[in-house]
Amino acid sequence: MGEPGTKEVISLEELEAAGMGRTGRKHLLSILVENKPGVLSRVTGLFARRGFNIDTLAVGPTDDPSLSRITLTLDGALHPIDQVTKQLHKLINVLKIRDLEPDETLARELALFKISADGAQRAEITQLVEIFRGKIVDVNRRAMVVEITGTQDKIEAFERLVRPFGLVEMARTGEIAISRGRGET
Amino acid sequence: MRAVDALMECLKAEGVDVVFGIPGGANLPTYDAFYEAGIRHILVRHEAGGGHAAEGYAKASGRVGVSLGTSGPGATNLVTPICDAMMDSVPVVFITGQVRTELLGTDGFQEADILGITMPIVKHSFMIQHPLEIPRTIHEAFHVARSGRPGPVVVDIPVDLSRVDIEYEPAGEVHLPGYQPTTEGNQKQIRLAAKAMVGARRPVLYVGGGVVNANASAELTELALADRLPVTCTLMGLGAFPAPHPQWLGMLGMHGTRTANYAMDEADLICAIGARFDDRITGKLSEFAPRAKFIHIDVDPAEISKNVPAHIPIVGDAKNILPRLLNEYRALEPDTSRLDGWWERIDGWRRQHPLGYEDSADAEIKPQRLVQALYEATGGDAVVTSDVGQHQMWAAQYYHFNAPRNWINSGGLGTMGFGLPAAMGAAVARPDDTVICIAGDGSVQMNMQELATCAENGIPIKVFVMNNGYLGMVRQWQELFWDKRYSQVDMGRWPDFVKLAEAHGATGMRFTEKSTLVDDIKTALATDGPVLVDVRVTREENTYPMIPAGAAARDMVG
Repeated sequence: MGEPGTKEVISLEELEAAGMGRTGRKHLLSILVENKPGVLSRVTGLFARRGFNIDTLAVGPTDDPSLSRITLTLDGALHPIDQVTKQLHKLINVLKIRDLEPDETLARELALFKISADGAQRAEITQLVEIFRGKIVDVNRRAMVVEITGTQDKIEAFERLVRPFGLVEMARTGEIAISRGRGET
Repeated sequence: MRAVDALMECLKAEGVDVVFGIPGGANLPTYDAFYEAGIRHILVRHEAGGGHAAEGYAKASGRVGVSLGTSGPGATNLVTPICDAMMDSVPVVFITGQVRTELLGTDGFQEADILGITMPIVKHSFMIQHPLEIPRTIHEAFHVARSGRPGPVVVDIPVDLSRVDIEYEPAGEVHLPGYQPTTEGNQKQIRLAAKAMVGARRPVLYVGGGVVNANASAELTELALADRLPVTCTLMGLGAFPAPHPQWLGMLGMHGTRTANYAMDEADLICAIGARFDDRITGKLSEFAPRAKFIHIDVDPAEISKNVPAHIPIVGDAKNILPRLLNEYRALEPDTSRLDGWWERIDGWRRQHPLGYEDSADAEIKPQRLVQALYEATGGDAVVTSDVGQHQMWAAQYYHFNAPRNWINSGGLGTMGFGLPAAMGAAVARPDDTVICIAGDGSVQMNMQELATCAENGIPIKVFVMNNGYLGMVRQWQELFWDKRYSQVDMGRWPDFVKLAEAHGATGMRFTEKSTLVDDIKTALATDGPVLVDVRVTREENTYPMIPAGAAARDMVG
């Protein structure tokens, strides 16, 4: 594709081709940051600036009250992720970044499902919840709310199964993760 | 004492001798503290001028520049200098006033979320949330600005917090657990680099502004001279290696010399030091230096392999690394004669493609001639600032910088209007040196108002406006690549720069005659106080040579 200063017209196909190569495997980043105002905005800004769409994002305290952990997942080819993690390292409020290897990582997500459930369907749903080791946290005449914890795959599988019953709403926390073994994440 | 008095103590502890700024509602307490703080404050006419002046001060001296503005528009006017300092790694602390805390987020009068606005363009920023944070934050700001890869730091202080009475204790060590720049450089990697260099038959040292920032020119020069290694510098690196010199290939990149660009094209080993493979250097990335292996020395790990994959990366401060690289290199006893063929090739290019232009047959002043005359009249020793455009490239090409920190321009952001205020800052930093600004007639009008600041404060900058009545670089691109359809580039006849200079309290001059140019320049340089010279140059002159947009280095034109 020509340089911006030249007059050749750029076709839409070329423009799209230039943006290719950005979807690769899923990445799960665990970012340890100082617990201060504005830090989340600095971190997410680095992704936004590059046109990266963050798929899930979870932020919470750690064992040290002065630190927070940001866990985020996104799609990306290896190189762009590499550049963005290097830039994350440069943020002064960021202490540590791990691009977690799936084999060495325990990742969990919590999801709440509101499913329309008339009397007849209730038993069937309850059975599914049991299979998924979930919990029924609310129930009334027309619907029930189910809590499922697990990997993204598990939650997505449950979603597929209950959708035919009438999925009213779903809320997910986004994954949090910790490394296997004795070492720190 | 008041928090703002503590702020003054902190500035003094950091060695600040001058700041550039403008007061306003939200930083009134700070300005009250300046009243008897004993820190020189230069009242600029526009915050952008103050920001660029702080940059010029920092670039000329190597110290941290300081620039102040009030909340809202005062702060937003600083956005361009902040971004400029980020792109060129200039250590500047920007201190902005902010509305009082209870008004934050309410669209209060002169409220702007300057932290949010500047987040992508700062090295770091702080919002003061408690008056007791002020001293520690100021020290942290200076530490971050000057260490590692230097850059701009913004400190935003809500006006109410700055008035609080606090116990001031001089701050101890700064504690930033997330900020530990790597400066040492890995010895194994350094050894590997030395081996690669000794084995290389067509090596080039590709030097960027990082060497100037690291104050490592002497170390670089020693390395180059150890073995007749050819040296080229980026626009930001000029002066890091003393030009002219037999091993000096000239600047590289879009308007670099053919010799430098051809050498990069044919090199088998490129040692990049404090340079970042910018698109103005590489041209078409896929055809950049196709035969070369790359050693990349940089203090910022994020620069390594960003644009061009490095075979031997070394993260650290050039000042630490270069002497160790030299030791390792010498220990390997390189055979200098291996470079004979390479130098023959380079000398061939030099003979065939010297930098040149066709001089006018009459009295008309060619812009390149003006730069040559300035070089002659100043003996090559002046501090030179520039704006952005054709004149900037001609200055880079024809003023042979023989020392670091003598060339101050806006490279990364390419900010028109940078040169005049930057010259003001440089002249404040180095009062014993001649400071000239090579400006364009388009650029200079973007921050012309600071000429009054210079007159008011007796800052004797000499501004030479290369006046061709065009936004010259844009015109050149329209001529070459857009079928000569000159769209909105003709600046017309106005203003009258001589009268404008006089109106600002400076001396105005106009040069139109080539034969007396050097003497006329000497007259301008000998004139007391600030001088602005309207130099009428050839209207449609192009900057050559040139790597056309998106082309490879070997396809240079002109």
